[in-house]
Amino acid sequence: MSEPGKYQPYSYFQLMEISLRELLVEKGVLTEESIRAEVQAMRGRTPERGAGVVARAWVDAEFKKRLLENATRACESLGLELPGLKLVVVENTAEVHNVIVCTLCSCYPRMLLGIPPDWYKSRNYRSRMVREPRTVLSEFGLELAEKILVRVHDSTADMRYLVLPKRPAGTEGWSEEKLASIVTRDCMIGVAVPLLH
Amino acid sequence: MGGLPAGKVERTEHDYAEWERRVDAMAVLLMGHDITVDERRRHIEQIPPADYDRLGYYEKWIVSLGQALIQRGVITSDELGRKIEQVRGRSPNS
Amino acid sequence: MSSGSVPEFRFKAGDRVKVRKAYPLGHIRTPYYIRGLSGTIERLCGEFPNPEELAQMRDGLPPVPLYRVRFLQKDVWPDYRGAPQDTLDVEIFQHWLDTP
Repeated sequence: MSEPGKYQPYSYFQLMEISLRELLVEKGVLTEESIRAEVQAMRGRTPERGAGVVARAWVDAEFKKRLLENATRACESLGLELPGLKLVVVENTAEVHNVIVCTLCSCYPRMLLGIPPDWYKSRNYRSRMVREPRTVLSEFGLELAEKILVRVHDSTADMRYLVLPKRPAGTEGWSEEKLASIVTRDCMIGVAVPLLH
Repeated sequence: MGGLPAGKVERTEHDYAEWERRVDAMAVLLMGHDITVDERRRHIEQIPPADYDRLGYYEKWIVSLGQALIQRGVITSDELGRKIEQVRGRSPNS
Repeated sequence: MSSGSVPEFRFKAGDRVKVRKAYPLGHIRTPYYIRGLSGTIERLCGEFPNPEELAQMRDGLPPVPLYRVRFLQKDVWPDYRGAPQDTLDVEIFQHWLDTP
């Protein structure tokens, strides 16, 4: 957004962020270090975490069963630290395609996918995905046959949702790492499916 | 807002700026000071409709955090106003 | 809260439920689009502090049972043009649900 070499005056809201932060530090409510540490921790949460869970579920049927029963516990058993996350994993099959939205705000499994993209938080996505999911999915380039049941999950309360995409044909014998590499963030939201490169 | 008529989803994404990441970080840390996500959401919902549409995502969240802190008496409106003036005055970019 | 005549978990998976048609002020996590509609309990998610109360700086206790309720899209939108079996799953707190 900023051009190199050009002054970008702080917006009113950037001034507000600086001001609130300085006041909170002055009053001993927060420290600069704790804020920096939290920003760093958040940077470390990328969709690779979610992709790793998906890949494990694809190769390990017992893990997949546990994931579908109690997703948070199953992910924690992989050594993932997920403070506060109450996860539900929903499985795409040959018959069912799942997609996630938060119409009320922008709830998202950040611990596994990082910060949600702008479009997920947009008025248009939040309004239309519950009402005309197939049309919105086709705008994302995903066409689904009518015989496939489309399930839209509106995260209205404490649970957070992750789509377990269907493992594509042609991936037999792949390592977990290679499998995880085709699981994109959009696949785990449900607006895309994993594609072989 | 589910089900309201709306346009095509613009698949915009942007790499988040540091100030935006700090808004997220402060919101998370303030949960340790009882400011729940529900309270922050209530403040967002109380933003007047014209501003709700006009303000960006993190602009709304910083307003919401500020309102929550003022309501709880952690800061006062006056303190915030004076601090904003002070920050604006020292910044070479303002 | 009433004297205990209402069991802690009123519903179980498979039960038909109807969402209350009420429009109170304040922070509400029951979307407008399903108020007054009927669906089926998909699962009990657990019990959580009431967000309507947390939003008002109160503790939201005792925790309220939260359910995932499954609606047929064609029941939600009169002009739904997808497949007839498509569903919309929404988390709803127990106090917003009644037997139909």
